[in-house]
Amino acid sequence: MLRLLSFSLFLATWWIAALFVGGAKLPSPPAVLNVIIAEASSGALFLHLGATLARVALAFVLAMSLGSAIGYLMGRVKLADRLGDPWLILLLNLPALVVIVLAYIWAGLTEAAAIAAIAINKLPTAIVTLREGTRALDRSLDEMASVFAMPRWRAFRHVVLPQLAPYIAASARSGLSLVWKIVLVAELLGRPNGVGFEIGVAFQLFDTPRLLAYSLTFAAVVLVIETVLVQPFEARATRWRPRAA
Amino acid sequence: MRLEVDITGKAFRNAAGGTQDVLAPIKFALQSGEVGVLIGPSGCGKSTMLRILLGLDRDFHGTIARPPEARIGMVFQEPRLLPWRSVEQNVRLAAPGISDAKLSELFRILELEAHRSHFPGELSLGLARRVALARAFAVEPDLLVLDEPLASLDDALAGRLRDEIATLVASRPVMTLLVTHSIDDAIRLGDRLFFLSPRPARIVAEVPIGIPRDTRGEAEIAAIKADLARRTQGDRAERDVS
Repeated sequence: MLRLLSFSLFLATWWIAALFVGGAKLPSPPAVLNVIIAEASSGALFLHLGATLARVALAFVLAMSLGSAIGYLMGRVKLADRLGDPWLILLLNLPALVVIVLAYIWAGLTEAAAIAAIAINKLPTAIVTLREGTRALDRSLDEMASVFAMPRWRAFRHVVLPQLAPYIAASARSGLSLVWKIVLVAELLGRPNGVGFEIGVAFQLFDTPRLLAYSLTFAAVVLVIETVLVQPFEARATRWRPRAA
Repeated sequence: MRLEVDITGKAFRNAAGGTQDVLAPIKFALQSGEVGVLIGPSGCGKSTMLRILLGLDRDFHGTIARPPEARIGMVFQEPRLLPWRSVEQNVRLAAPGISDAKLSELFRILELEAHRSHFPGELSLGLARRVALARAFAVEPDLLVLDEPLASLDDALAGRLRDEIATLVASRPVMTLLVTHSIDDAIRLGDRLFFLSPRPARIVAEVPIGIPRDTRGEAEIAAIKADLARRTQGDRAERDVS
């Protein structure tokens, strides 16, 4: 209910602002909706959204799995931490644009280059979060598992993983938002389709309704994925915590 | 089966760079079906010794001989349950082979039936302790280690749990090592009592209790207690003289 209210307030502000500024700079909500409907009925909207989502999914999975594994290793093994730390700091502070441009130069304007560039941008934050999570693991539970001679995999699944789950969820949440932002830049610079590409075209034509149509649909998809996938996972991972009444 | 502990020394490195002796030479053995009790002042190094003989701490001098196939059941000072798994899952994860009937029996003895599906965060300390006991017994251990399992429980509950431990220990041949502050617990449960000195810990007295556990009535327990009191005072007097 509150969400709905907040959303209608946003729509109203937009509409009033559009009336003052004029349709060329800020088209009114119905104008944008018309473009969305037109793009959707031609199929272009779904094509571009689909291309972007596929890139997001691939880059996200790649960065999360690789980042979690490296982060866990760095949290557990001191040597790995010492070796990896300078690279981590470098990666953390490397501007996304540099990675994308270099990837395109070295690997050509290919799908692989785009996905790798996006994944590399997300990788260091996943590593840092999981490393912190691994450092915070409860040693006394490790000892319990060892005394009761739990096999490695069972101990990892039931003792370690539940402790890492909040960190994985946090990393997924922040990582997803990072990937959403970077994927459009990568598409703008070197892909012939996707939401980023369309926004680039709209920018060159100063086609604000089109620009807003694509950005807002994209934002809506992000919102849906957040509520349908990320939040339930978080809720499930923390369901054992006693809740405030 | 037999557990042989022969620790010749254990030292910690402190922050200043020096070393601090935690354990003096300690030597004792435990047979199947026997309950050994370690009694000593707080901070004397009991927990360190337990960690060594459980294989959690390998940085010590001496040897621990226990059959490699021996299953260990442990009740830690804090219950150390997995907060994200239910009571039943906590027990089953440690003892995957346990049959439903055995598990129900164990939960019945420890009065945990109503709490099977609860999470540890929803339990009182007394209940959590009982779950930890259930877990230790569920693995059908060859070596059972109890690190102050009854501390900070009220007398009535501690008494009931003590009786339950006695029942469970009697039900199968197991080497049991109990760490406690309570002379009362020691006399009621133990077959042999090891009195430890302050840090660095060594065994100052080993007292066997001849009367079988199930025939120890209140009168016998009082007698043993009086005997122990006399003995420890005698020790002190001897030391004062020397």
